[in-house]
Amino acid sequence: MKYVSEFRDPVAAKSLLAAIARITDALGASAEKPVHIMEICGGHTHAIFRYGLDKLTPPGIEFIHGPGCPVCVLPRARVDEAIQLAERPEVIFTTFGDAMRVLGTGKSLMQARAAGADVRMVYSPLDALELAWRNPAREVIFFGLGFETTTPSTAITVQTAAAEGRTNFSLFCNHITVPEPIKALLDDPHMVLDGFVGPGHVSMVIGTHPYDFVARDYAKPIVVAGFEPLDLLQSVLMVLTQIHEGRAEVENQYARVVPEHGNSVSLAAIADVFERRPSFEWRGLGEIDLSGLRIRAKYRAFDAEEKFGIGYGAGPRAVAEPEGCACGQVMTGRMKPLQCPQFGRGCTPDMPLGALMVSSEGACAAYWQYGGARLSAAAP
Amino acid sequence: MCLGIPGQIIAITDAARKMAMAEVSGVRREVSVACIAREPLSSLIGEWTLIHVGFAMAVIDAEEAARTLEALRDLGEVQEALDAMAETAAALEQVP
Repeated sequence: MKYVSEFRDPVAAKSLLAAIARITDALGASAEKPVHIMEICGGHTHAIFRYGLDKLTPPGIEFIHGPGCPVCVLPRARVDEAIQLAERPEVIFTTFGDAMRVLGTGKSLMQARAAGADVRMVYSPLDALELAWRNPAREVIFFGLGFETTTPSTAITVQTAAAEGRTNFSLFCNHITVPEPIKALLDDPHMVLDGFVGPGHVSMVIGTHPYDFVARDYAKPIVVAGFEPLDLLQSVLMVLTQIHEGRAEVENQYARVVPEHGNSVSLAAIADVFERRPSFEWRGLGEIDLSGLRIRAKYRAFDAEEKFGIGYGAGPRAVAEPEGCACGQVMTGRMKPLQCPQFGRGCTPDMPLGALMVSSEGACAAYWQYGGARLSAAAP
Repeated sequence: MCLGIPGQIIAITDAARKMAMAEVSGVRREVSVACIAREPLSSLIGEWTLIHVGFAMAVIDAEEAARTLEALRDLGEVQEALDAMAETAAALEQVP
């Protein structure tokens, strides 16, 4: 949809777009020499495609779709380990639905379920704990996935399991953090990034200070944004304004939801249950220092890695991407989804080959859903 | 799973465990209010909250809730969350 009339407030949208066009001109940016703005949150990526913001904004602005879809950056070896756990006869393996179709090196959790593994989709980790209570003779494992938005929920669930003395519940922890991959991307000499649209709901948990280093150490603007289309346009304008005025600051466009210091109860629960791993692998990006969380020793009884001997690094790592899959290049902005040789051919939302096609928050799936399928069919 | 969905707290179901009943787009679901807990807990009744995977993470005003719901409907996220809640009900009842 690329019609301004579809916006909740078309007048406000038009005026924001006009301001964006003026400042893009003033910066001398063009399609050949664009300003590169990375949106980090997968929800923002989805919204940009849904509302056609990439088409409504001037060609002098290029959106780079960051690694903000936790399902998309999950390494294939980790999916294999999840399946290994799920195939144990005593296990009920619980997961968010998003993770069902991601391929490991051999198969997905959905295929493992079809072959007899007891894999169940749940809405909340609390449901997994409830399953453990209802099935005392089974081992219930929850597939802990996501950024700081979902981390508090699993932390509190582990605390609850400990308080209740539950012995048949554990967490397979794959939680990751947002600031560390931003740092890794900024350290990558191949990346050209002029500013960031920061995630809204993650920041609701962690606040805005974890991004201070972006402005202080790298002199790049970052604006924490809501995900209504007007929020996104306003945030893009704020990033451009900073660039134009030669400023690099952390600004909060979403202050109505994001407190400067985050949510204290959530942060305390995260700190109580989790600690950082020395490094964690991101699909398409490789190992990133301090970017993953694991369960602290005091909650070891609830750590599926400990309980079932599937430690991070215990198995072979660095499994290559499937043949021809360019997820890594798309995720770092070096390639557009349509330029991937597999897009729409070996890789579609129904039969995803690469992770970016799996979740609606992945850049390729969003691209496909909002017009990419048509473009792909028209391509030679 | 990464975007919160607005839901209105309609009852406290277990004060000790900080659990409440929320109504999300016409569907009722028990959620944790541990992250937004305040004294008395019953003062949360009637409040709109942003709910992430079964946890209310922020109190928001009614207008913000309405606008967020509209944006999420556009993105298909409301249906995704409601489907996940329905899926869970099936998972809990399933006999292996």
